[in-house]
Amino acid sequence: MALEFGLSPDQESISDLFSSFFAKESPSEIVREAEPLGHSPALWNALQGLEAPGMGVAVAAGGGGAALADLVVVAEALGRAVAPVPLLEHLVASRLHPEAAIVRGDQIATIALHPADAAGLWRLAPAGAVAHVVIGVDGDETVAVYAEPPGAAPANHACAPIADRSARVGDRVVLGPASAIDGALAEWRMLTAAALVGIANAALEIGLAYVREREQFGRIIGSYQAIQHGLADFPALIDGARFLAHKAAWAGDTGRVGAAGVIDMDEGEITEHAALASMAFLQAGEAAAVCTDRSLHYHGGYGFSKEYDIQLYFRRARGWANILGDPARERLRLADMLWPPPGSAARGAPTSSAGKV
Amino acid sequence: MDFTLSDEHLDLRRQMRKIMTATVTADVVDETHRSGTNHAPAFIHALGDSGILARAMPGPGQDPIDMWLVSSEAEKFGAPFDAGGMVTSIAGVLAQLGTDEQRRRIMPGLLSGRELVCFGLTEPDGGSDLPRIKTRAVRNDTDDGWIINGAKMWTTMGHVADWVFLLARSDPSAGRYGGFTTFIIPMSTPGISVDPVWTMGTERSNATFYDDVRVGDECVVGEAHEGWRTMGIMLAFERGLGNTGALTPLLRRFAHWAAESGTIDDPLVRDHMAQIAIEAQVAELLTQRTVWTIATGEGPGTEGSVAKVYATEAYQRAARWAQATAGADGLLRFHETGAAADGWIDYDVRHSTPQTLQGGTSEINRNNIAERQFGLPRMR
Repeated sequence: MALEFGLSPDQESISDLFSSFFAKESPSEIVREAEPLGHSPALWNALQGLEAPGMGVAVAAGGGGAALADLVVVAEALGRAVAPVPLLEHLVASRLHPEAAIVRGDQIATIALHPADAAGLWRLAPAGAVAHVVIGVDGDETVAVYAEPPGAAPANHACAPIADRSARVGDRVVLGPASAIDGALAEWRMLTAAALVGIANAALEIGLAYVREREQFGRIIGSYQAIQHGLADFPALIDGARFLAHKAAWAGDTGRVGAAGVIDMDEGEITEHAALASMAFLQAGEAAAVCTDRSLHYHGGYGFSKEYDIQLYFRRARGWANILGDPARERLRLADMLWPPPGSAARGAPTSSAGKV
Repeated sequence: MDFTLSDEHLDLRRQMRKIMTATVTADVVDETHRSGTNHAPAFIHALGDSGILARAMPGPGQDPIDMWLVSSEAEKFGAPFDAGGMVTSIAGVLAQLGTDEQRRRIMPGLLSGRELVCFGLTEPDGGSDLPRIKTRAVRNDTDDGWIINGAKMWTTMGHVADWVFLLARSDPSAGRYGGFTTFIIPMSTPGISVDPVWTMGTERSNATFYDDVRVGDECVVGEAHEGWRTMGIMLAFERGLGNTGALTPLLRRFAHWAAESGTIDDPLVRDHMAQIAIEAQVAELLTQRTVWTIATGEGPGTEGSVAKVYATEAYQRAARWAQATAGADGLLRFHETGAAADGWIDYDVRHSTPQTLQGGTSEINRNNIAERQFGLPRMR
């Protein structure tokens, strides 16, 4: 056991496999073609060919038995290509409800990020437009609801296949109490963080390629310090979010969940899975927003035109993060984990060392 | 990836915490603030006696995780480690480039914590543009010696140090990076004088002056006229390893104050505290990555610059936010009645300010990232 910031040989293989898969099967023309729904059935079928939809499910349940650390690598590759497939949602949902048709990917599954409202509606569920199974909280239960997907999404910023879904209309299976979904929600935050890291990293590559080519005032704009220094902020944002996502995966894979993890704010030591997943999500959202924003800006007016790829990334940087809600609310939720309010049932039972100053 | 510390690193951490609890008491910290000398002799002596300074020395064959752990534990605790950082750095330079005689004569004093060293690098006209320095070392072949004349700025610890590690121009005809020589010289050598430079932070720094300072060849570190190479090795040790862990003690002190004052119940405050907690984790992960890169033999590349810019700027933002949030109480100095976190909030705003300047300004580090990581043209 020791600090290790490189990928394992297995993870390198997974990264290579999915990076080349998405580069080949999901170039930006495919991303554009899939708009406005944001879903490519052909790409999903190709992923089934790789047995990707069930890769996160235990081998005993017919899945690929991949660790969270592997899924983080897959999610980053997906984000780098802004691939129009609901793989992240499906990976999370399939681990919670590993039914054969879901593990195979014949049925697409997703999770609702917030409990159903009084009318029994899950508002704007990610992949809600295309999922056959939606898992979410209704009242004090976590339920899976089987229903024909609407196949259409309300027109939205990211061209994401989001849709309202009913928690009560369709075949309904109770999976457990409301808290049964908590682990899946943490995993969704972690994998979405990794995908947003992929977006931020792509924004850096696209931006660098542009500023190396584009000339103004007789030289490439990448030679101007104002632009160099704007870009120089990207690696900290990207790497910081990536390491947080990997640390969340490491915590989950090694059982540092809830009370088995450490939250010690006096020493600045945090090894608890859900807290790290929340941190990764927030940091990655910030990284993707900043990097796509600046990269688009350095394109000048062209970045605003639909012809250039950076706008695809700019819109998804916001769409994929803000679907959870106001990041400030997520920070308040995180604050409750780090500094439990008096009288609250402390999530993860944080430990704290004696109060030195 | 793996975020576990090995048993021997955990043991080092326990040892550090035990030593700091025993030697860095509130009175000791108060004394550093009163005197402006950020040095606690008993602490550094204990680190020397326990062999921790020797473990924390940078260089080939050394464990960079040890080096990071020692400085980050000190930073988290609030223990003054500036002097420790300087002795380990120069001991590392001597281990790599020094003569056997220098290693025997100088290293034991440094690594026991009994003798301190200061850096004579920056000058009034040569800061970020270090090759502009004017301090001259003239070779005097008749007595195998050197005569040094010049002035240095920001010679922190110069008034308590036993040695100065000095960079001088020895051959002005040798181009921008040629003709430098590095020396390690006893501060008691005739011709060296020290004037205090008081800063907005609590720390005292110094200007040092060198008037016809005569030294022998035994003071030359590395090859004569090859000083820029020595500097490269030394600066590579430094960049991005220290001073990136300040957010943790800041947040700890703020959170304890906020809990006592009731401010911690305010959602506006909790929102920001959570953001700072994220930034503290990011700063630590980026620093650990730098350490890991060095340990694998790949580094150091630009990882240190990435960590340094991020961590120091995040520290400034956090300190300034904490002060504004504490309102008038955030303006009060140590031990004043009602001072937020007993004065630490005010201190952090002052202390964080030079962090984006020393050890490579944010601008120099961003240049480094743009040029070396992105391969963009160098335009200066």
